[in-house]
Amino acid sequence: MAGATQDAVRPATPQPGSSPSSAERLPRLALIGNPNSGKTSLFNQLTGLNQKVGNFPGVTVDRKTGVAQLGGQRWAEVVDLPGTYSLYPKSLDERVIADLLYNPLSPDYPDFVVVTVDASNLRRSLLLFSQLADLDLPAILALNMTDMAAERGILLDVPALERELGVPVVPMNARKGVGLAALRIIMADRLATRPPAGRFWQPSAELQPLLAAIRQHFSLPNDYLALHYAHQFGQLHFLGEDDRAYLAQVTAQYGFESMTQQAAETVARYAAINELLLEVVTVTRTERREPASNRIDKVLTHRVFGYLIFLAVLFLLFQAIFAWAQYPMDLIDQGIAALSGAIQAHFSGPLVRLLTEGVIAGLGGVLIFIPQIALLFAFLAVLEETGYMARVTFLMDKLMRPFGLSGKSVVPLISGLACAVPAIMGARTIESWKDRMLTIFVTPLMSCSARIPVYTVLVALVVPDESWLGIFNMRGLVLMGLYLLGLGSALLSALLLKTVLKARERSYFIMEFPVYRWPRWKNVGLTIVEKVKAFIFQAGKVIVAISVLLWVLASYGPGNRQELAEAQVQQQATAQRWPAAETERRVASARLETSYAGTFGHVIEPAIRPLGFDWKIGIALLTSFAAREVFVGTMSTIYSVGQDADLGTVQQKLANEKDIHGQPFFTPVRALSLLVFYVFAMQCMSTLAVTYRETKSWRWPLGQLVYMTGLAYAASLFVWQLFS
Amino acid sequence: MALFRRSAAVAASQPSPAARRTANDLRPGEAATVCCLKDPQMALKLLEMGCIPGTQVRLAGRAPLGDPLMLVLGDEEYTLSLRVSEAITIQLKD
Repeated sequence: MAGATQDAVRPATPQPGSSPSSAERLPRLALIGNPNSGKTSLFNQLTGLNQKVGNFPGVTVDRKTGVAQLGGQRWAEVVDLPGTYSLYPKSLDERVIADLLYNPLSPDYPDFVVVTVDASNLRRSLLLFSQLADLDLPAILALNMTDMAAERGILLDVPALERELGVPVVPMNARKGVGLAALRIIMADRLATRPPAGRFWQPSAELQPLLAAIRQHFSLPNDYLALHYAHQFGQLHFLGEDDRAYLAQVTAQYGFESMTQQAAETVARYAAINELLLEVVTVTRTERREPASNRIDKVLTHRVFGYLIFLAVLFLLFQAIFAWAQYPMDLIDQGIAALSGAIQAHFSGPLVRLLTEGVIAGLGGVLIFIPQIALLFAFLAVLEETGYMARVTFLMDKLMRPFGLSGKSVVPLISGLACAVPAIMGARTIESWKDRMLTIFVTPLMSCSARIPVYTVLVALVVPDESWLGIFNMRGLVLMGLYLLGLGSALLSALLLKTVLKARERSYFIMEFPVYRWPRWKNVGLTIVEKVKAFIFQAGKVIVAISVLLWVLASYGPGNRQELAEAQVQQQATAQRWPAAETERRVASARLETSYAGTFGHVIEPAIRPLGFDWKIGIALLTSFAAREVFVGTMSTIYSVGQDADLGTVQQKLANEKDIHGQPFFTPVRALSLLVFYVFAMQCMSTLAVTYRETKSWRWPLGQLVYMTGLAYAASLFVWQLFS
Repeated sequence: MALFRRSAAVAASQPSPAARRTANDLRPGEAATVCCLKDPQMALKLLEMGCIPGTQVRLAGRAPLGDPLMLVLGDEEYTLSLRVSEAITIQLKD
């Protein structure tokens, strides 16, 4: 991206004398259009890998920008705005558009806008365009999906459209890149000359006194902008308290009714557009054939086949993030281990241990998620691109609604069975703020794959490998019960949170069914790159930091207690002639017991004793925070099992552990209490980090931590107190 | 299953102005013209999505559980998916 800036030629007024290092900004253009109008495809075509994901100030909406080459070796920064049907925002996402376009002083204020319109749906697409034109924003119309329009027999007279609209119109097919060269050249021209587009609609005369007052007060360039101030002042972030108070007063004074005016405006605009289109559009095909999409819908939303096909898609998705991802994950694991080993073989000292066991291990903890994230988003991108996702929402909505979730929550929830980290990132497809927060909040309750090692060790420890009623394996039944417990708690928690959480906006379910299409692999690839980058650079920082902290806690202890404990073990070893391996294991165990983590275990023991846990389990609960499967490793160290941490040995050691009366420590009830704890507890720093990144607030991850841990505590307390 | 939801008896028992049919009363495949939009806030959303009074709507189908439903707008231009609670705000001409 830096390379691009160097080649840039200042388009507006080139100043040969100015130094190239001066921070003069690139010209900026904003991409705006209806959902499904091919805006994202166009953005990807223009910017390729030169994309950056940031934040719109003050909101959780991702701000995608990129650098694009225009014609004539010029460069411009492109801002991708959320898809919208009009300039009156109906969701939080859409509000960033108002903040950007109504404030000429904003650092993001575009030099011109490129409006993508769906040529096969011109009437509706032009509504948004007509509003932008009335704001006097210099615009280019990217007339997209011309192929689809032609297929439907819609003929467009492009020169006439240009004449009527007063802006350049570029027919194109953004998915295939057709028309892109022309668009680049016209964009470059647009930077030099900026005639405003023609007017579509004027606010009625009775509004004039109000608009004149607002225009004067804010020195606005036109009436239509003043009208939007009157409509939206409550939601514009850049207005100060005084300004809002003024607008509230003046709109009340003139008896301004926002909703009536908006409805009248939209109807009037459609009337104007209809008239305009009479000159521009000819429909040649007279015979009406049912579109292919509708015929596909008959199968994909069928009451039997619809669900069967969705189940098959889910199964495939689950296979991908559960099984296929395992191979690259193992490779990453081995690579990290090899790297640590190589460093430790050549260097030594506390800094090397910090580097290998803290930093590199933490880095490994970040990288290990990449295969799952990449695969999940490959799937999600294909589902979105083909238009199938909208049908999934359609099929599942009624089932999810009693729990306060929507049809779009299904895929994140199911993905949560593999791993909550990509699943929470996948919740981004949910437009409604409340639905999305509910989904993010409850997804970690789904039993993820990191819980499997814990489940298998403990279930195998206490549940006999017998069959029940001759057919059902007892262990399998218990395991299934744990998964159902997770699912049930996720749904019930959503129900609970639904009543607590106040919706920030009216949420609409209504959406357009996109036409079925083959996915564009470039778009799929760019989605994967974007998501992986977002995870590594935003959630990754937190994960590495916590990982280092946990390493310090488990490796160092207060004062010289660790040294004393180690010396004691060494003495015993010499006295009892233990083999070197045995000594090493006991030393590791003693060091962990006297570390900060061990101290933590002892300190919280009174709190967890009512659950049936001792300080050893307390240590495992802390270290599980790095990742739940660490439980197994910690248990094996603390019970001095040693390096070969294969499950069999851990199980034996746990089985051999005796309580003070000499009875087996891990009774079925104690194991059940621990299992239930692991079903509910939030013990995953990566999930917390990714929730933070997705909600852009620490309130949500902290809420998850407190709620889930509280739930786990209560459930374990219940189990232990009732059955022991 | 949606066919049986609104029996003729129920429709007849209601007084005439309130009995104006809504998009939710359409039979699968049936088309009608939009007369008016009831809920002002929902109306704004419907309007900007192209569902304006005078437009023809056709019920293309329902989700297996009866809700949401699929509405084709205009001259087979595009399909909207909306919940029953949203569809009942779309009133139809007789």
